Amino acid sequence: MFELLGIPPQALFGQVLLGLINGSFYAVLSLGLAVIFGLLNIINFAHGALYMMGAFVSWMLLTYLGIPFWFALVISPIIVGALGMVIERTMLRPLHELDHLYSLLLTFGLTLVITGVFQNFYGVSGKPYPIPAALSGVMNLGFMFLPIYRGFIIVMAVIVCFATWFLIEKTRLGSYLRAATENPEMVSAFGINVPLLVTLTYGFGVALSAFAGVLAAPVYSVNPVMGNDLIIVVFAVIVIGGMGSIMGAIIGGFSLGLVEGLTKVFYPEASTTIIFIIMALVLLFKPSGIFGREV
Amino acid sequence: MSKQAETSNRNTAIHQGRLPPNTRARMTRHHMVIFALIGLFVVIAPQFLYPVFVMKLLCFALFAMAFNLMLGFGGLLSFGHAAFFGSAAYAAGHAAKVWGWPPELAIAFAVLVAALMGAAFGFLAIKSRGIYFAMITLAFAQMVYFYALQAPITGGEDGMQSIPRNALFGLADMSEDGSFYWMVVAVFFIGILFMYRVIHSPFGEVLKGIRENEPRMISLGYQVQRYKLMTFVISAGLSGLAGGTKALVFHLASLVDVHWTMSGEVVLMTLIGGMGTIFGPIVGAAVIVAMQNYLANLGSLVLIIQGAVFIVCVLTFREGIVGVIAKWLKTRL
Repeated sequence: MFELLGIPPQALFGQVLLGLINGSFYAVLSLGLAVIFGLLNIINFAHGALYMMGAFVSWMLLTYLGIPFWFALVISPIIVGALGMVIERTMLRPLHELDHLYSLLLTFGLTLVITGVFQNFYGVSGKPYPIPAALSGVMNLGFMFLPIYRGFIIVMAVIVCFATWFLIEKTRLGSYLRAATENPEMVSAFGINVPLLVTLTYGFGVALSAFAGVLAAPVYSVNPVMGNDLIIVVFAVIVIGGMGSIMGAIIGGFSLGLVEGLTKVFYPEASTTIIFIIMALVLLFKPSGIFGREV
Repeated sequence: MSKQAETSNRNTAIHQGRLPPNTRARMTRHHMVIFALIGLFVVIAPQFLYPVFVMKLLCFALFAMAFNLMLGFGGLLSFGHAAFFGSAAYAAGHAAKVWGWPPELAIAFAVLVAALMGAAFGFLAIKSRGIYFAMITLAFAQMVYFYALQAPITGGEDGMQSIPRNALFGLADMSEDGSFYWMVVAVFFIGILFMYRVIHSPFGEVLKGIRENEPRMISLGYQVQRYKLMTFVISAGLSGLAGGTKALVFHLASLVDVHWTMSGEVVLMTLIGGMGTIFGPIVGAAVIVAMQNYLANLGSLVLIIQGAVFIVCVLTFREGIVGVIAKWLKTRL
């Protein structure tokens, strides 16, 4: 088979696949952040910690209760999402009238507490999570071997991203949400319970991060710091895609994952910094982000 | 005088090119008393506290004050100050270890490196405001972290170890903690007096004006972006002063110094002490450094406590320790 710039195609496709998988996580996580940002105008720093929690909850469900992956895929986001709603009601709500920087600081504090609690009980070493039997094994695509679970991650991420986009852009609930983003006073004057909408939105955004966590559990080891560095890359993805833009989050997430994967092939030294370099370039030429409106 | 009237008076003063009353070059008496108390503390502290602990405290107090210059006086929340602190630590370490530079030059080099980085990151970051600004600075700092993790020059996971303290000006031996202590004290006072001067200069007043009402300052003809960039550079440079000194104190520059948890810590110090106050960050740094020191054997509980303190401060104690005291005393501290 052909070779590209002296790089064997197996290595190239392997990294492209890895890039797409990372991109799936970037997309789902930045989507959750974008949804939350749209309505609450806050950056949820705790997103990475809640992603970790999603993975941990599914591990706990399996280990302590014997609940398999498929159920965890639904239960874990519900549990973490419910916790998110409690956080919104008890802590973020009182800060709503203040400078949004306080909410950022609060979620930063939450990150430390959540990470600390899991570190305290489970240490820093990872917990293995088995790939569900139905998804183990590999598929021969002709030009490469695709581990089925990895393909599953990408498919699930695409489905979730599409469903969220559909929910927000094409349904009645989504139209309330978009209206409340533009003008909360007006929307509540029409008799819509905006505070409830805010709570549900935060819960939904958090549930998305937990969903990503459950998907990540079988491929990365489940450990308390798994979300910490990831979330900052996701921040950069959001800045590139455009703050609060749903499309920007989805397309930005997948494509930057891909770019990162390709960088790993052609210039591995820059693979961890490439996204930040792109962010600097975007800030230089289009500060509002590629899909963003003027801020 | 009501707060609004005061603000509008000051705005008028700025407008007419006169300086508001508190812009005098002379220090007010109670600020002088506080500086004297700090001086007294550093003189007697080695009698009852471990010198390295006090030096650590002074470095972090300096770092927190530099950070507060941006947050408290410029209204710019940077979540990436660890980048300047940590890079400066590596710079000072490299200068002292590889080039054999004396401490004063190593620290000066560290300040230069941090200020240049501040200029580069600041140039890109000040295009945005508020939360965006925080995220962008955080992302840049993470880039520096990843670089430090991989680059051979930093020693990666091991960090840069056994950084020597060469003779001061090539003359005075600095290898003992007892003698280096006084150099740290000198650096600390130079740093905080410089910042005090900046805050109470016309530049500082314009900065506060930008924090309070940016569109108004633009309409008054101030080049707001330049002021912000300058603040960013000064704050980064002084964070570098703290970071470079810290590297020499501990003979070590490591990944901890550039990680975002360090950026978070300095935010916490400022928040606890009181953002926008002059002396708050020093108090905040003392609280956090002492807490880390005395609770060190609790392991990950420190993280939980630190996070809980963060949450409690944000929810109920936004003025900070010095902010509350200043309110009691009805004065600016």
